[in-house]
Amino acid sequence: MPTTLYEKIWNSHVVAQEPDCPAVIYIDLHLIHEMTSPQAFAGLRRRGLKVRRPERTAAVVDHIIQTTPERFQPQKDPKIADLLRSIESSCKEFGIRFYGIGNEHQGIVHVVGPELGLTQPGMTIVCGDSHTSTHGAFGALAHGIGTSEVEHVLATQCLLQRKSKTFAINVEGTLKRGVTAKDIILHVCTKLGIGGATGHVAEFRGSAIRALSMEERMTVGNMSIEFGSRAGLIAPDDTTFQWLAGREFAPKSFEQFSHLKSDDDSRFDQTLAIDASTLEPMITWGTNPGMGMGISAAVPSNADKKALDYMGIEAGKPLLGHAIDVVFIGSCTNSRLSDLKAAAGVLKGRKVKARTLVVPGSNPVKKAAEKEGLDKIFLAAGAEWREPGCSMCIAMNGDELKEGEYCVSTSNRNFEGRQGKGGRTILASPLTAAASAVEGKVADVRKMM
Amino acid sequence: MQPITTFAGRTVTLNVANIDTDQVTPAKFTMVTDKLGLGKILFAHWRYSDTEKWIPKPEFPLNKPGAQGATILVTGDNFGCGSSREHAPWAIAGYGFRALISTSFADIFRNNALKNGIIPIIVDAATHKEALDAGEKNLEMSVDLPNQTLMLPSGRTVHFPIDGYAKRCLVKGVDDLGYTLGHEKDISKFEAARG
Repeated sequence: MPTTLYEKIWNSHVVAQEPDCPAVIYIDLHLIHEMTSPQAFAGLRRRGLKVRRPERTAAVVDHIIQTTPERFQPQKDPKIADLLRSIESSCKEFGIRFYGIGNEHQGIVHVVGPELGLTQPGMTIVCGDSHTSTHGAFGALAHGIGTSEVEHVLATQCLLQRKSKTFAINVEGTLKRGVTAKDIILHVCTKLGIGGATGHVAEFRGSAIRALSMEERMTVGNMSIEFGSRAGLIAPDDTTFQWLAGREFAPKSFEQFSHLKSDDDSRFDQTLAIDASTLEPMITWGTNPGMGMGISAAVPSNADKKALDYMGIEAGKPLLGHAIDVVFIGSCTNSRLSDLKAAAGVLKGRKVKARTLVVPGSNPVKKAAEKEGLDKIFLAAGAEWREPGCSMCIAMNGDELKEGEYCVSTSNRNFEGRQGKGGRTILASPLTAAASAVEGKVADVRKMM
Repeated sequence: MQPITTFAGRTVTLNVANIDTDQVTPAKFTMVTDKLGLGKILFAHWRYSDTEKWIPKPEFPLNKPGAQGATILVTGDNFGCGSSREHAPWAIAGYGFRALISTSFADIFRNNALKNGIIPIIVDAATHKEALDAGEKNLEMSVDLPNQTLMLPSGRTVHFPIDGYAKRCLVKGVDDLGYTLGHEKDISKFEAARG
């Protein structure tokens, strides 16, 4: 019987399956960070348990750390200090690899894992963070878990799981100039709505997906959770293998991954077809990632009233040209070298008219960007060039919007208050964000290219 | 965890669809190393006009006199989407809620809720409407977990779905870890076979 990529990975990780019970699924890679792990380690200590496979676990700090040089000073806020101390001492105690502030590999967990080659095709990967779906771009079954499950994986290297349904998202055709992977995924979110694929694992397929670079694929996988899908898979191919080759923990050969694709006659529980050539740059108008539209479109006439009130905008009118206060280029969605290059391409020789934060996803990204002189382009344009971290995606590290401010952001969530209480987020690609920074209003990058 | 079988409690309605976990527990209040004591931060940005002095907004449903002591929250479709933070169910439990009623819950949140003794009760649209109305009046409902039934104030009883394994854990008051640790031999065998 033909099987999907999801089923293949699932089948090869079932440790035990009893009747009327969830399967015991083996976890190949467990990534942890400082926000959602302290209570898990406390649980292990309470029960007198060890970490079963510390070498299959890696830890970073990203969510709560400042992206300014302040992070290199002793932490003044006792809550931040507590969390940082907690993860560092727990990693030491349990023998877990730790990438802390100052480590040359430190960065956002979903940037660091792939960058080190820890993320590999066919793996099961979990992390106490919903954007773990990012790693699905490598053909790994990857999803976010809660802290109880973090404790469970630390103790057993397994997770109890019920099998999900499958959702094929077929994207065919060629993207037009100025339209990117971010626009594909924002379009999918808009098509399916925020809960559209709940209970499913998505697989992105089709010529437009195959044509994406590895970093662009990560942007797609990253936001799979935003339409309710547990994970978003892309079958690995030469693009994947070439990107991984030579990285610290990457395998030496890739032949063993050639079977990792859905069989030709595979059946999916649901499907969605998208013609990439019809897409334009996407933006969101509302308070969840499913409330999106093409940049030249008007806010839907039947738009959710609560969202409109929060955003301070009107139905039936376009957002293009709407004044903004801040631009944020960063987050696990769009903080990789290619994202920064795209933004720098727009900002080169221009000046920003809105406060603009550029936050690289990791120290290696920062170093590579500086080697190419991107930092100088950003600084010359009047943007801020920061240290790696989650920054203004999550408003718990000092980078946040003020009440009422509008921000064009390359992050993944435009929920109320996500970027700061009362802050209003417009999600977009790095190209659209950079163009908007230049104009000080929501802008169409295609006019600047 | 305490075993859960049957309980009755006052309801309160928060009739908003797609409530994400950033609304349930805004990130800046989740910088904690403990899971207890988070009831105060539940819906912080909606519930308080000032989160430094913690001044409640009188118009917010949870702050109304009739809602005090409520243990069942009736809410909109797709509750708990977004971030996987377990601070959300910790805060919900910390506040005193024992069950949530909606037409659907996001996957990660539903898992996290079950692990914290909170029952996500999924009902059809008609029952949802009746429950939302009842919650507006803070009427009482009762939950029978072993039989998977919810009794509405009208006396009507509806069956709700729940994962059989999760139900057994809740009824017995045990968690997953014991179950999986019981499979130690299988895990070792699996690891050995893969080399």
